[in-house]
Amino acid sequence: MAEYPGELKYAESHEWARVEDDGTVTVGISDHAQDSLGDVVYVELPEIDADVSAKDEAGVVESVKAASDIYSPISGKIIAVNETLEDAPETVNDSPYDQGWFFRLQPTDLAELESMLDANAYQELCDSEEH
Amino acid sequence: MPFVPHTTQDEELMLDAIGVESIEDLFDEIPPALRAGVLANTPDGISEQALLRLMSDRSKQDEVDLCFIGAGAYQHHIPSAVWDLVTRGEFMTAYTPYQAEASQGTLQLIYEFQTMITRLTAMEVANASVYDGASALAEAILMAVRANRKSKSRNVLVPGNLHPSYLSTCRNILHNQKINLQVIPYDQQSGCIKQEDLRDLEGEDFAALVIQYPNFFGGLEMADELTNWAHAQGQLVIGVVNPTALALLAPPGIWGDTGADIVVGEGQPLGIPVASGGPYLGFMCCKQAIVRQMPGRIIGKTVDLDGKVGFALTLQAREQHIRRAKATSNICTNQGLLVTAATIYMSLVGDLGLRSIATQSHNGTVNLIGKALDIKGVKRRFASPVFHEIVLELPCLASQVLKQMCADGILGGYDLGAMDATLENCILVNVTETKTPQDIDNFITSLRAAVEVTAC
Amino acid sequence: MLIYEISSEGRSATAQYESCELENSELPTTQLRETTIGLPAVSELQVVRHYTGLSKKNFSIDGEFYPLGSCTMKYNPRGALAGAHMPGFLARHPLAPENVSQGYLSCLYDLQEYLKDVTGMRAVSLTPMAGAQGEFAGVAMIRAYHDKAGDSERTEILIPNAAHGTNPATAVMCGYTVREVPVTKEGDVDVDALKAAVGPQTAGLMMTNPSTCGVFERKIQEIAEIVHEAGGLLYYDGANLNAILGKVKPGDMGFDVMHMNLHKTFATPHGGGGPGAGPVGVGKRLEPFVPTPIVGKRSTNGEDEYYWMSDKDIPDTIGNLSAFMGNAGILLRAFAYARLLGNQGMHRVGEYATLNANYMATKMASAGFKLAYPNRRATHEFIVSMSQEAKELNVNAMDFAKRLLDYGYHAPTTYFPLLVPEALLIEPTETESKEELDGFIEAMTQILREAKETPELVRSAPVTTPVKRLDDVKAARELNLAWRSAD
Repeated sequence: MAEYPGELKYAESHEWARVEDDGTVTVGISDHAQDSLGDVVYVELPEIDADVSAKDEAGVVESVKAASDIYSPISGKIIAVNETLEDAPETVNDSPYDQGWFFRLQPTDLAELESMLDANAYQELCDSEEH
Repeated sequence: MPFVPHTTQDEELMLDAIGVESIEDLFDEIPPALRAGVLANTPDGISEQALLRLMSDRSKQDEVDLCFIGAGAYQHHIPSAVWDLVTRGEFMTAYTPYQAEASQGTLQLIYEFQTMITRLTAMEVANASVYDGASALAEAILMAVRANRKSKSRNVLVPGNLHPSYLSTCRNILHNQKINLQVIPYDQQSGCIKQEDLRDLEGEDFAALVIQYPNFFGGLEMADELTNWAHAQGQLVIGVVNPTALALLAPPGIWGDTGADIVVGEGQPLGIPVASGGPYLGFMCCKQAIVRQMPGRIIGKTVDLDGKVGFALTLQAREQHIRRAKATSNICTNQGLLVTAATIYMSLVGDLGLRSIATQSHNGTVNLIGKALDIKGVKRRFASPVFHEIVLELPCLASQVLKQMCADGILGGYDLGAMDATLENCILVNVTETKTPQDIDNFITSLRAAVEVTAC
Repeated sequence: MLIYEISSEGRSATAQYESCELENSELPTTQLRETTIGLPAVSELQVVRHYTGLSKKNFSIDGEFYPLGSCTMKYNPRGALAGAHMPGFLARHPLAPENVSQGYLSCLYDLQEYLKDVTGMRAVSLTPMAGAQGEFAGVAMIRAYHDKAGDSERTEILIPNAAHGTNPATAVMCGYTVREVPVTKEGDVDVDALKAAVGPQTAGLMMTNPSTCGVFERKIQEIAEIVHEAGGLLYYDGANLNAILGKVKPGDMGFDVMHMNLHKTFATPHGGGGPGAGPVGVGKRLEPFVPTPIVGKRSTNGEDEYYWMSDKDIPDTIGNLSAFMGNAGILLRAFAYARLLGNQGMHRVGEYATLNANYMATKMASAGFKLAYPNRRATHEFIVSMSQEAKELNVNAMDFAKRLLDYGYHAPTTYFPLLVPEALLIEPTETESKEELDGFIEAMTQILREAKETPELVRSAPVTTPVKRLDDVKAARELNLAWRSAD
């Protein structure tokens, strides 16, 4: 069964977002997303310092059978990317919510997070997709 | 019924099993108004014997004694073993190797091809080929625009001495994606791109610079200098190369300080007959760092469940069947059978053979140039050194001279007036190892006579 | 063993070249290649044996039944190859003048005429080098048509969601955005959804008929009307033309433009992934835009003369798409095939392809397999869904496909179209005999039995091929795309 940590916010396009203590936001893809992709073989990350708007493409995650765009759930400036994924893309499968994060951004407006789904709503969405 | 094996009895048994009276009943979901009537303009079928007689008669109309036209398609000797092997049904009638376990022959062969092409060009990775050299360049330009992270531009610099059909192919394929090709005029004296002429372009944003080597006129560009200039401007470098020439000349992977970024070319000289322009193969290589932006099939080495070495399509997520609207290209072909020919050709000739073929082609060209310049009024149009193709300027209209030579059974070259009216007195002549000294003498005799007749 | 692994420095196929040195060279010394190339160093026999050996590791039409859906793997007549390989054709330079090209040009002209006849189109250009390039040419013509009319608002191409991935990829290459139209449970385009989707932004609709669901689109005339009324044009993807060859002409269905896959319908070989050829046919609206060159015919002093028509003759053309004129040798083979078949033979292609597919569909249904569209007549192909087997036996469509290889049959197309779960798309073609079809059905039945009794056997298949299932993840993560001696 896929995990849906309660402290995170989720996008319908399967990214999660977490507000860090310093007010920055970390983004990755959900357990459900990594599971449906299968073995991740490549991750393309955004460039540091890039400005992104909510729902902008900010990377690509690729398995042998699929490739999906990663969308930034909120607007902001990219301040860090998870370089581990370049050499060890399988980290996304092994640890989607922790070691397998994609990028971190300095949000323009934290309120944008409110339009995202909470864990329950997101889990419902995933369950309905399976049928 | 050619190629339909059904006996009357088979047909009855099959219709019975389906539960219909006739084959017509199987088309009952098609609205009657749409049913095709007769095929009025398609003749009756003929036997294989009659077909081959017909095609033999027609093909003989097209035979000539000697052909000195190159211009992107070059007549080389093809070892007999090449097409004997290529036309084995196991290569010729196989499908795209999606079922890897049932396609190890094709897959391993393409992996060997990728290896040979990367070595020939001194590049890091190659794909399994695209349609032809011209469309390969169009794909390379798209790729460069995607891959150049330093540039946001959709403008690309192309040389004025690029093969004119390559240029028009690229324009026709790319203009709908708002990619703009800016043509750099070539130097009238050398026929090459002069670095001084690029100064005006410095500071402007271009995604890439295309260098054709040798250029359309057969001339050798200053590839090192051009590569360094483009890289200093934040552009990627796309090399368009002749594979035979690379046996003697510096490969694009070592041009300048860091080499070309993307390299494409026409693979036809590697064991493929000129055959009216196709099918050929476009080869495509790049630096490993940008391999995910490369279109087309790519084969990788891996292992099977038992740890045994095997080969498989890889990086498929770039391709149209998975990525659909976001694919790197809509292409779903590689020129598999021509790749088979090129791979076997390169194996057969090896380093020594390819070097010898290139050397003989160059020697023959030098020989022809020397003799042609002895003809009154014939000049060398451009001063730059050439590999196996030369532009000769005649004292009269090229089209008329060529027509005269054709009556001798000799295709004397390509009429450059067809691409550029200012070159209407110029022919582009190619010599390969297939031309003996006697062939060259026959060419010279014919050219001399044609020039004399026409110029008077 | 790679050819490189049997390579030995100092060995070569010496019959293939003469030793020589540069004489009076004008090559600048600064531009000379200083390093070796690194091609294999092998004898001629080693080369012949190596590549003969590799060929034996392939399935092929010549060797095995190849029921690959939407790929039309029919017999490739050897006579067509022999015709195309006449010495005069092989040696003809693409830029040879017309007066010494009449033989070649006449074949191309005739082929254009035959293709117009079977498709009901007004003009045909043979130049696109594959189906995808034909699609490109077709959509580029649609765009040129709207551009010429000053209709720049049309930015969208409609595509049924069952379509092949090339369709959306092509639309994007022509600068369009893609909107997908759903397909109903019966495999037809959802007409109400189409009505809602069309508008002043619609440039055109791309579709195949029969569709990738293996059924004939019954409402095609209504669909054509809807799109035309909205000002869009209709593109026919000829991937499935074999189903209706000689039975229905795409031009009569209302399509404005189409491509044909000669490597499918006209039996030219697939060559392990290419070459193909993708001529385009156009109706009246798009005739001014056809890609160049095409072959024209005129009469001079009572004699037919064939000539190239270029942008001088077709000023609004979308232009050339290759260095010369496409995959000439493939066009000659298609010409030969058309002559061998003749008009009667053409009619029979669609008929017997359809008979074979319906026979197989019926037999497989009675053997316990689930048809994806049981209420529909199969066309030249049909879909079996293995979702029940996947759920109950944990043996999926890919397992069946792989196990078929052990039985000496190439696998059908798997997991396409995407909207049918666990799909096996099966296309037998007209050139297969009843015995071959029965053998395949027997093998599938046997595998179904194995899936129940010894599922692990099926899941680990194939076991008789040169390699077992390959590690695709390793191939993608640890890219090894060219051999190095240390490997």
